[in-house]
Amino acid sequence: MRTLKFLLQKEFRQIFRDPAILRLIFIMPVIQLIVLPLAADYEMKNINLAVTDHDHSAYSRELVNKIKASGYFKLVTYNEAYKQSLTAIENDQADLILEIPVHFEKDLVKEDAAKVFVSINAINGTKAGLGGAYLQTILRDYNQAVREKWIQFPRIKLLPTIDITYANWFNPHMNYKYFMVPGILVLLLTMIGANLTAINIVREKEIGTIEQINVTPIRKHHFILGKLIPFWILGLVILTLGFGVARIVYGIIPAGSFVTIYVFAAVYLLAVLGLGLLVSTYAATQQQAMLVSFFIMMIFILMGGLYTSIDSMPEWAKWITRFNPVSYFIDVMRMVVLKGSGLTDISRQLGIIALFAVVLNTWAILSYRKRS
Amino acid sequence: MEKIQVNGIVKTYGSKQKKLTALDHVSFTVKEGELFGLIGPDGAGKTSLFRILTTLLLADSGTATVNGMDVVKEYKAIRKQVGYMPGRFSLYPDLTVKENLAFFATIFQTDVNENYSLIKDIYEQIAPFENRRADKLSGGMKQKLALSCALIHKPTVLFLDEPTTGVDAVSRKEFWEMLKGLKQQGITILVSTPYMDEAALCDRVALIQDGHIMQVNTPADVINGFGKKILAVKSSDMLSLLQLVKQMPGVLDAYPFGEYHHLVLADEQVKLDFPGEVTVKETAPDIEDCFMLLMKNHAA
Repeated sequence: MRTLKFLLQKEFRQIFRDPAILRLIFIMPVIQLIVLPLAADYEMKNINLAVTDHDHSAYSRELVNKIKASGYFKLVTYNEAYKQSLTAIENDQADLILEIPVHFEKDLVKEDAAKVFVSINAINGTKAGLGGAYLQTILRDYNQAVREKWIQFPRIKLLPTIDITYANWFNPHMNYKYFMVPGILVLLLTMIGANLTAINIVREKEIGTIEQINVTPIRKHHFILGKLIPFWILGLVILTLGFGVARIVYGIIPAGSFVTIYVFAAVYLLAVLGLGLLVSTYAATQQQAMLVSFFIMMIFILMGGLYTSIDSMPEWAKWITRFNPVSYFIDVMRMVVLKGSGLTDISRQLGIIALFAVVLNTWAILSYRKRS
Repeated sequence: MEKIQVNGIVKTYGSKQKKLTALDHVSFTVKEGELFGLIGPDGAGKTSLFRILTTLLLADSGTATVNGMDVVKEYKAIRKQVGYMPGRFSLYPDLTVKENLAFFATIFQTDVNENYSLIKDIYEQIAPFENRRADKLSGGMKQKLALSCALIHKPTVLFLDEPTTGVDAVSRKEFWEMLKGLKQQGITILVSTPYMDEAALCDRVALIQDGHIMQVNTPADVINGFGKKILAVKSSDMLSLLQLVKQMPGVLDAYPFGEYHHLVLADEQVKLDFPGEVTVKETAPDIEDCFMLLMKNHAA
């Protein structure tokens, strides 16, 4: 016990003596939490639209006005030649082209049907998909409005319509920050936890102190606990700091209890730190450790369900996400913060993460050798 | 009683195609209370041997015991009883002198005061800098701190891997004085060094080269066993002189030695004629001459 106490004391001294690490641990996450959610905005605005209007009628103008009024589109060019619009797309000035053919109004009134042509710049997939969907909704709306106007006796509604109303449960205003901020907090916790432990032990290898430690009768698990506990505590401090930022800057107060989140985070951090330890036992230099954890982090982040929904991934990718601890924590964070889930609701995720923690740490302890 | 016993230790590095033999059937013994020197150039295998004896590295074959305990089977017990000072400074650079010492005392399950008398003479010299970070110490002070940390648990056997490499002449002298003091306290010391002049300060030395032990003897007997006459020569053009004397009949070997060249003669009767102004004097061999001769014989 006394040995462990001294190990911890030494570890904390080293951490607090390194101003760069301190800054990294405390200031960087706060800045990231303030900046990233503002930038990682899922709502598409400012979609650049080029309109080629061959008709120049009242109806076509009304359609264009309606699109402009939606607030999602910015009209960059309004012309009579499709070629001009295409040039705008080629120069990356426009994302969408709406081509209104000649006799649009005539066809609409006389034939009761008219066609428009939408052409989408698919270089930015998200923007193209969302822009196309927005435009379609507006066109449908326009269609309906036109038809309603033609009904002679408004009292007898000839047009059967299904009106859809939404209820957004748990996040009524669809505020994306409510799920982005806790998600980013999870990523920060994972990155800092795994990287710090990995680099810390490899650093002892690099400066040769591990050699000196290895000839001592120190117990393996003491040494590893001495490394785990400080970063475990730091991780919880960062989590607290993150929730502080979420509350002050974004006004996010978890619907569920903090106890649930901290219980999960405590187990989760053990898993993440275990991963860092594992990396450090195999890496000989800080460079190696950094690169390996960088690659792992990349997969964890992109397949963690924060930026892309896991449900829409192919089956094989879903299997990979099952081995990604980040996906479980993001899940839990959203459940607790938005839905107010309690410990019983997250028991499945908690169990899996506990299993991660046991496997990773056992592996790390077994592969840490005091002699070669 | 033998404190360290090494029997036919072999250690190779690298793959099957490119095998590098670091230690080739190395055997020697170190008696209790002895100051034993492992003398050899860089790459001779000194550090590998130290790492095997301090249970950090496993040998390919052969056995070794420290304090009568096997380095493979009883490594846990050995770690409690030996002190090791690696060749590279390997204490925590961001902890102070005092913190480093207290830390190593604790992981050896003791405290600084318990064995303070053992390190008192050494530690007092760095005590004024107690609160300075280890990376801000001078080379000599770092070495004293490392020695203090290696001694804090009162080891019975002390392993010092090139403790004087990169340390100035004054500190080196001081360091050997300290080792003598420790020897008097009954600690068995195995020290390695590439400096031949330090060999004379050991009780016994093992001369090692390319993983082979060439000789194990007292420094005096090593020199006595030399049995050849040595001439020291000097002139204004040392380079051409060396080339000249290397070709002379009766000269076994010639090599630069400080401001002179040393010439090893085949026998007492050899007479040499030197052209021009060459200072010639007869000189007594020292360990380095012995080493050079052993190396030459070994290579042949």
